[in-house]
Amino acid sequence: MFEFCADPSTLDTAPWFACYLTNGVHMLFYQSFLTVLLLLAITAPVALAFGFVGAAASRSHILPISWMGKLYTSMVRGVPDIAFFLFFVIALDQALEWVNHQIQCPDWDEPIRQGANFVVCQAAKIPLSSAPQWVHEVYNYFIAVFTFSIVFGAFAANVLFGAMRAVPRAQLETAEAYGMTRRQTFWRILVPQMWIYALPGLSNLWMILIKATPLLFLLGVEDIVYWARELGGSRTSQYAYPHPDWRLWYFLALLVFYLGFTRVSEVVLARITRRLSHGQATAGGEAQGKAAA
Amino acid sequence: MKKLAFSAAILALTAGAAFADGHGRTIRMGTEGAYPPYNFINDDGEVDGFERVLGDELCARAGLTCEWVTNDWDSIIPNLTSGNYDTIIAGMSITDERDEVIDFTQDYIPPTPSIYVALSDDVDLATGVIAAQANTIQSGYIAESGATLLEYATPDETVAAVRNGEADAVFADIDFLTDITDEDAELMVVGDPVPLGGGVGMGLRETDGELREMFNAAITSMKEDGTLNALLVEWFGDDVPTYE
Repeated sequence: MFEFCADPSTLDTAPWFACYLTNGVHMLFYQSFLTVLLLLAITAPVALAFGFVGAAASRSHILPISWMGKLYTSMVRGVPDIAFFLFFVIALDQALEWVNHQIQCPDWDEPIRQGANFVVCQAAKIPLSSAPQWVHEVYNYFIAVFTFSIVFGAFAANVLFGAMRAVPRAQLETAEAYGMTRRQTFWRILVPQMWIYALPGLSNLWMILIKATPLLFLLGVEDIVYWARELGGSRTSQYAYPHPDWRLWYFLALLVFYLGFTRVSEVVLARITRRLSHGQATAGGEAQGKAAA
Repeated sequence: MKKLAFSAAILALTAGAAFADGHGRTIRMGTEGAYPPYNFINDDGEVDGFERVLGDELCARAGLTCEWVTNDWDSIIPNLTSGNYDTIIAGMSITDERDEVIDFTQDYIPPTPSIYVALSDDVDLATGVIAAQANTIQSGYIAESGATLLEYATPDETVAAVRNGEADAVFADIDFLTDITDEDAELMVVGDPVPLGGGVGMGLRETDGELREMFNAAITSMKEDGTLNALLVEWFGDDVPTYE
């Protein structure tokens, strides 16, 4: 990074740290913060969409659809996150490769499962083993994001299902009295009003999602926890920057990051609550109305 | 819609890479990246160490295109069998238990002893608390002995456990531990070295016989022209056992 970093062993404390904190592995460490933020940025809207579909399906008057919605929420909510993560990621990956194998290599005569081995033809590998490493990493990452979305979508579905039922019945009856169809009532009356009831539950989920991001580490994605453990471990002079066990400081930095991030989230969520309460028939909304009058 | 976009993305991914597949397969070399001097992630974030140099040379001799991948030690065998990479080159000793699940090439590091390292030389190795990395021949050995075994996921954590007093001693490969004791005056080698394992070899899937023969031939040629011995001495010092 800096020119004076050529021989770190000769440096004083301040320039040594300047070089140490900007070396290649630390750059990867800083990038991993972006990995985590990107996970949140993708997972939150996708999980909300899954939740919305799940909740709408659970409310459906067509029985099979309602069953599917309820099965999704109760099944995913009932399985421990870690067990679901470990199982689903492997199962999804193998399922994709199995399907691809049937398409690409129909003449293959060996069994795919040979004891512990899962062997598909080379052309069916996802991604192909000749693909560069970043493709493998991106693929793993999106499998992880997809899994996060399914898990948090199930919780969101339950929150939204409750919120839909919390919208005062009188509102919906009035809509029907005006001659709105079920669909119109749903989109024009129910959905715009349910968010204020959903928000406490959704904000909880958001906080849990932030704190669940270290699960990425479990799925083999090199996230901030992986790098904190990796960089904090003691290093001999085999490395350019030898140091004793500094894991305490690295994990302290993570703690500060997560605390800061959840604090910012709290402030933003409080603002959204104020905004959504506006004109609602809730205690918060009425208090706002009185203050304005 | 979501599913459609997902499968479209996968199709694009596989189609784009299909053209690159013309020149035979790329061999993905799986390693741990946390066991200096065997393999570690250097300060630039690249896989480095004895096995990096060795692996690149073996691939060159066998005429293969290789790519390095890191994986946690705990899941390094399951991820090989499920096809995430094609070889394990991670200081893995050849044992009968592992040989039932995967195949090994011939050894590229002769059997080396394992040693105990502790903060003082009066620890009781027979009944004390001994730290070792999980799923290693060392942890297997401690579990069989009368001592209490403390397992950790990474090699570094086993040494940290001794430094902070959680364990009385750490038990690991001599080449890993002597690098650490050389630079830390507080740590010392205690007890006698224990000969363990049948040397270090590359692990492959049992269905990959052809690839195994290619690596076997490359290792043989490096043993014959003396380059493997030179590499061993370069990374592990003059006291390392070498090949005849």
